[in-house]
Amino acid sequence: MDHLDQLEAQSIYIFREAFARLKKIALLWSLGKDSNVMIWLARKAFFGRLPFPALHVDTGKKFPEMYRFRDHYGKEWDLDLRVEPCPPIDAVDPTLPPAARSAARKTEGLKMALGKYGFDGLIAGIRRDEEATRAKERVFSPRGLEGNWDVRDQPPEFWDHFNASPPQGAHLRIHPILHWTESDIWAYTKRENIPIIPLYLSQNGKRYRSLGDQDITNPVASNASNIDEILIELEQTKVPERSGRALDHETEDAFERLRVAGYL
Amino acid sequence: MNMIVTPASPATPNGTTRPQVRIVIVGHVDHGKSTLVGRLLHETGSLPDGKLEMLKAVSARRGMPFEWSFLLDALQTERDQGITIDTTQIRFRTNSRDIVLIDAPGHAEFLRNMITGASQADGAVLIIDALEGVRDQTRRHGYLLHLLGVKQVAVVVNKMDRVDFSAERFKEISDEISEHLQGLGVKPTAVIPISARDGDGVAERTARIGWYKGPTVVEALDGLEPARPLEALALRLPVQAIYKFDDRRIVAGRIESGSLVAGDEIVIMPAGKIARIKTVESWPVTPVAGRQGAGRSVGITLDRELFLERGDIIAHTNSAPRETRRLRARIFWLHDKPLAKGDQLLVRCGPKESRATVVAIEKAVDPGELSSVENKAIGRNHVGEIDISLSNPIATDPYTENPRTGRLVIEVSGRIAGGGLVLSVDAGQRAVPVDIVPVESALRPDERSARYRHNGAVVWLTGLPASGKSTLAKALERRLFSNGGSPILLDGDTLRAGLNSDLGFSTADRSENIRRLAEVATHLARNGHIAIVAAVSPAREDRATARRIADTSFREIHVATPAEICEERDPKGHYKKARAGTLASFTGILNDYETPQAAELVIDTSTRTVAEAADEIEQMLKTTGVLFDELVDLAANI
Repeated sequence: MDHLDQLEAQSIYIFREAFARLKKIALLWSLGKDSNVMIWLARKAFFGRLPFPALHVDTGKKFPEMYRFRDHYGKEWDLDLRVEPCPPIDAVDPTLPPAARSAARKTEGLKMALGKYGFDGLIAGIRRDEEATRAKERVFSPRGLEGNWDVRDQPPEFWDHFNASPPQGAHLRIHPILHWTESDIWAYTKRENIPIIPLYLSQNGKRYRSLGDQDITNPVASNASNIDEILIELEQTKVPERSGRALDHETEDAFERLRVAGYL
Repeated sequence: MNMIVTPASPATPNGTTRPQVRIVIVGHVDHGKSTLVGRLLHETGSLPDGKLEMLKAVSARRGMPFEWSFLLDALQTERDQGITIDTTQIRFRTNSRDIVLIDAPGHAEFLRNMITGASQADGAVLIIDALEGVRDQTRRHGYLLHLLGVKQVAVVVNKMDRVDFSAERFKEISDEISEHLQGLGVKPTAVIPISARDGDGVAERTARIGWYKGPTVVEALDGLEPARPLEALALRLPVQAIYKFDDRRIVAGRIESGSLVAGDEIVIMPAGKIARIKTVESWPVTPVAGRQGAGRSVGITLDRELFLERGDIIAHTNSAPRETRRLRARIFWLHDKPLAKGDQLLVRCGPKESRATVVAIEKAVDPGELSSVENKAIGRNHVGEIDISLSNPIATDPYTENPRTGRLVIEVSGRIAGGGLVLSVDAGQRAVPVDIVPVESALRPDERSARYRHNGAVVWLTGLPASGKSTLAKALERRLFSNGGSPILLDGDTLRAGLNSDLGFSTADRSENIRRLAEVATHLARNGHIAIVAAVSPAREDRATARRIADTSFREIHVATPAEICEERDPKGHYKKARAGTLASFTGILNDYETPQAAELVIDTSTRTVAEAADEIEQMLKTTGVLFDELVDLAANI
């Protein structure tokens, strides 16, 4: 087994644990490179089908390419796709800096979707290497009744044994690709020939490393126009993956505040 | 996640595969752990170009002498900014080995980190400061290595420069630590005098330790044996789930050890059922073929329809794991409340879970103060050895035979509270794989129904305590018997006194209670009797399980007497006790009774007599094909 085989087998194991141990789960599909790999892995885990809904919490501000991708592959992959809206910006904590406030709409949309469907588990495609607070995550991460994350009181988790009993009314976040890196995602995307949104590839000297909402995501300087070039670029770059995400940089703790409140 | 200092290449220049050994370095924080790691990386040529020069420059700029530990710190800083993780692996190479160094940082939550990191190690380096000698901390680390089953331990006595490279001082420490480790059943592979800072004894035997004839640290690492690869061990495929998304019935799980291929004869433990692997499944986009080995998440189909459940272990017939209800384990405890004899727990061994009782605490130790060994309770962050009995048989291996299946975690209130290694399973219970073929009755079902004038059935009376279930059940039993039938009363309380006396009133125990009732009742129904079950059975899901087990013979009757009337009757005084708070887990007061939604019959005993209610049940049994009316009866006898 090579490195990618090991990552894949581990993710499949996590998917199957989530499906076996929780009653009502859904997979969060943000349309980005990570969640596309995640859907691919889930379809492998369940022999070609996704036996639970794919949830797109839609801010309405994604790039047109992303919506096209969603509509096409939602059908081709035969997903039980639920598109859920986010509340308007006025409904969100006004003390947050602008980009974080904009992103916090997603947390609210997520909470609304949770309330609507009563999911006890949400599968999310976050990775440890993306950002310091995500690095502290568990694979099965309990959330409070308000969707909040208590970083100081996380249950022990070792030897692939996960805590899967959320308190009544609360839910778990399940992170099947927590152990992957950005390079792993691209190497696997290439190996498995997983479709990608073209915005990730360089045009006029710029490309997106990470795709969020149009108004708060910026491209980085890059000439990488295919996956091989992306992989070479990642080996050399010192630029963090989320540098194009405005909300991470407004204040030192903006992202941590968002995550504690329930953001992905 | 891995931080790869040098690209790990799986092959030697001549093309053979290099053994990979995973080691952990333990020792008191100031005894020179990171200095040794920095020095090792340098001596084995594992540092990236320019790294050393960069560190020299940084040290010079700060006006500090060069320190090897800066190297590790620098790497850690990079890691913190780049890929932050809680256990790190650093790779380097000796002459014949690829070494994966597992860094288990931090001593505040030392045990948790050490367990997580060192639980994957094949060997360890235990570091001791030559000046300070063997400290409590050193003994604690030795004990933890023993706890984790790490048998290959190289001891290094560091900072020999601080004791003038004294052979006497070295011998003193060497004797003391060797004796301590051997007392734990660990024989040190080497005890090496070094100065990590200056390099003596790390890769070379310098003149200053000219009196020392043993291996250097690098040579000692080079001599460590890798763990037997998981693929070389016996097949263990714990069942995670059984999927039936289409016409395939796929058994899914991860191969923990060994390998499998279509055509293999397998045994499903603990039941001991035998089958053959028909296919290894995948999906059309990425098909798989051939033998699948340890680490793979797979799906297989079997050549026959067998009942399997999550947690069963699939093995080859000639090398099955042991089946047991009793095992000894060496555990570490992380929960606030100490673990004591008699405690009820949930044990997870892979995907298998079982309720368990602590039969004995054989040893309990604070790894910081090894002197105080006791056997009453294991406190938070302490370790110990326990004897547990399990309510369901599980298939497992001693840790020494299979590190993957020989480990378990313990849950308290839905949260992992501890974990450990299976030391031994109750001897004499080695399961002999047998092909379980249920023995059919000598009588055919129609022979019985001709005599009793009814088909077999499970008549399930559910309702609040004191709703009248038992009264009704007894009246129905008398009525059916008078008419020549064969009714049998299965009262929940009666079975609790015997068959189910090992069960309590937790949710899991209640489910098991209902499952067993349903199994017994179904067995009777299959043999032509009418099993009348009277049980509160408050959980809808449990009753659904009962219906699944009994299948078409299941008839549910909801005895829907209003709650206030039940409480008024209170023949056993349970409501009174519950109101007074002296009866825990009582259904009725706390309102945890889940009303049936599709019962075959609903009866309110407050609005009709017992005889009227029995009439209604009899009528329902007729219309649903359990009792024959005369016409059917005639037909059956022609």
